[in-house]
Amino acid sequence: MSTSDGYAIAMVKINKSFPGVQALKNVDFYLKPGEAKALVGENGAGKSTLIKILTGAYSQDSGEISVFGEKVEKMTPIISEQLGISAVYQNLMLANHLTVAENILLGNEPSKLGFVSKRRMFEKAERVLEQIGYADVISPDQKLSELTAAQQGMVAIARALSRKAKVIIFDEPTAVLAAREVMELFKVIEQLKENGISIIYISHRLEEIFEFCDNALVLKDGQVVGERRISETNIDELITMMVGREIKKDLYNPNRKIGKEILRIENLNNYKLRNCSLSVREGEIVGLYGLVGSGRTELSRAIFGADPIDSGKIFVEGKEVKIKSPTGAIKLGLGLIPEDRRQQGLALKLSVKHNINLPVYDKIGKIGFINLSKENRNARNFVKVLSIKTPSLRQLVSNLSGGNQQKVVVAKWLASKSKIFIMDEPTNGIDVGAKEEIYELMNNLAVEGAGVLFISSYMPELMGICDRIVIMREGQIVGEIPHKEFNEEKILSMAIKNTSAEVRDKNG
Amino acid sequence: MDEDSRLLKNEKRFTWNTQMIVLAVVIVLWIFLGIRSKYFFTASNIKNIMRQMAIQGVLSVGMVVVIITAGIDLSVGAVVALVNISMSKMVVSGTPIWLSILTCLILASALGFVNGFVIFDLRVPAFIATLGMMSIARGATLLLSKGNNIFGLPRSIANFASSDFLGIPSLFWFLIIVTVIIEMMLRLTKFGRYVYAIGSNTEAARLSGVNIRLVTYGVYTLAGFLWGVGGILETSRLWMGVPTTGTGYELDAIAAAVLGGASLFGAEGNAIGAFFGALVMITIYNGAVLLNINPFWQRIIVGAILVATVAVDQVRKRRS
Repeated sequence: MSTSDGYAIAMVKINKSFPGVQALKNVDFYLKPGEAKALVGENGAGKSTLIKILTGAYSQDSGEISVFGEKVEKMTPIISEQLGISAVYQNLMLANHLTVAENILLGNEPSKLGFVSKRRMFEKAERVLEQIGYADVISPDQKLSELTAAQQGMVAIARALSRKAKVIIFDEPTAVLAAREVMELFKVIEQLKENGISIIYISHRLEEIFEFCDNALVLKDGQVVGERRISETNIDELITMMVGREIKKDLYNPNRKIGKEILRIENLNNYKLRNCSLSVREGEIVGLYGLVGSGRTELSRAIFGADPIDSGKIFVEGKEVKIKSPTGAIKLGLGLIPEDRRQQGLALKLSVKHNINLPVYDKIGKIGFINLSKENRNARNFVKVLSIKTPSLRQLVSNLSGGNQQKVVVAKWLASKSKIFIMDEPTNGIDVGAKEEIYELMNNLAVEGAGVLFISSYMPELMGICDRIVIMREGQIVGEIPHKEFNEEKILSMAIKNTSAEVRDKNG
Repeated sequence: MDEDSRLLKNEKRFTWNTQMIVLAVVIVLWIFLGIRSKYFFTASNIKNIMRQMAIQGVLSVGMVVVIITAGIDLSVGAVVALVNISMSKMVVSGTPIWLSILTCLILASALGFVNGFVIFDLRVPAFIATLGMMSIARGATLLLSKGNNIFGLPRSIANFASSDFLGIPSLFWFLIIVTVIIEMMLRLTKFGRYVYAIGSNTEAARLSGVNIRLVTYGVYTLAGFLWGVGGILETSRLWMGVPTTGTGYELDAIAAAVLGGASLFGAEGNAIGAFFGALVMITIYNGAVLLNINPFWQRIIVGAILVATVAVDQVRKRRS
């Protein structure tokens, strides 16, 4: 008799590490047939990693996976699907220009000698749509692009069913849906449960899991905190379980002298932002916390002139300014360390020297010709100041480690004498030692009088280093907490609570 | 050793790059041709190579700048033909030569500017935008000339193409000047730095304050200008207006740039490399004639060498 008997999924003592971070530590995950289990945890708690191991996108470093009592030696996406595990993602991975039937049966078309039978495809697709009660609403020969977001979600579910899925994973499925559509989705999920299909449900909107889940497993920093029966718990208890991590108090540098206001925004609005206001003073590190999709990155891009704003005011050093492009922002002393340094922060195919000097080529040289010795001096100087580890200034940035690449991005803004640093997830994907260096760097910038807006979805680092934390939710700034009153639970509940109700009013 | 001198030392370290490989290929080809044909290393053949290479080289150097931005300009051959016909018509109808040249350079630059506008502001992929321009310019050429060659250009125009300066064909001097200027522009100016930056990562360049619109306009306008220069040199060499001239030049120019180390993915390549790339191609064309190889084979050889060079380069990069 093995422990995996009687479970649809049994994942035992799963470990997985990435460079510099242990993503999962001895995680046990059990799922019974017909059970709906919610997987909750803050950003980076390990939910997606666990799901990716189950669907074969990653392989675990150690630990065992059994599906319906059968041990799987090496999980791959193909084996996972054959065993009846299917995932429905937030950005549904469907082909917009194909028909519903083609999407449902993609890669699985009924055919004879390589020829696809349209009629049989239609019938097969109709049968699975009937199973979820959507045969009247969606016709198999409709183009996918003609359907609403919710109907597309149903197609994704039908696709899973057509593959005889016994376990369906929902990863933030309601993010793009309006209120009425969410209810439709839940009805279908209930129906799947009744048919004995197991559900794994991931959502930031905690109140949703109370609609139909049986149990909730809480993850924190890659470890299981505990499991609760939904009928015996509430949102507040789950939030309490999600938080409570060790915070590095020693990051905070009390020597920083906070001076006058250096950046202020008032009532910024654009496609994502609603009436955002905040300010940063000299020598101050202001944290900006929000869940994925809360508009943090959009706010940073709007301030920097990378995305247009519809209305609102920006003040730099007390003077109102119009920032129409990054060029304008840089002239005013702003520097943006973007969320994705490889896509937005760096020209990877170019040298360290070239990258560091990119914002200042206007200033070093005459009539368009570059002062080459100044260019070299600049680069050498900041390579030393930030101790960037590179064999030469001509080294291509793509050959540096993540931490050193991030330092090159920072060096750009030091070279251009920025006074306001907007750092969007600057410690993302770099190892522990390099993270410490980035924190130290932020402190040093602030000690020298710069203002730092530090965006992160990892709360412990914000609580460690910031003077204030501003919290965003659904494109709005919903609160601000000073250093003395930092409280993980309070911050997280501000970032999470009641989100869906507001959004649904807007969409529905 | 301290950090400064370590960085300095590595700065000067020799690296074995694509241009040198191409140069080695050229030398091997020359040795082979020198052995096989007594005529190859004669002064008149070398001058001949230089004349043939001049126009092709100017176009290749222009093309490399576009390719460094991860763009492409297929309109090159058609613009050369349009300039050839426009200039011939103007001169034959009595316009002063200097004015005809100036007008043609402005026309060609303007067409390049239009390419830049369509690519940047209308977001049409460079391949399509310049394919359209290629068709438009070719059509305009045929309309203007009614499909006929234009004769009656003054002797002086042809004389320029056959003249020498300091023992080197005047046409070739043009190529040297263009190569040096563009190489300096790429290496020493901020515009050059921006060209590479856009080719590596347009968004990162934009977020670093680079005016990417201006650079895109600049690159395609400069390319157009060089197609204009090529068209004028072509007019001198042909001593008439030929509406079908320039056919296939886009392939030659792209091939030369790529042979010289440019990557179609952007951020790699330089003018000197394109110069050597053009030299390889001309050597092959010239050698094929000297060795009495059926001219139809030339294109097959060029195609094969092009694919082989890039393949070797890719393998080399993956190893390092």
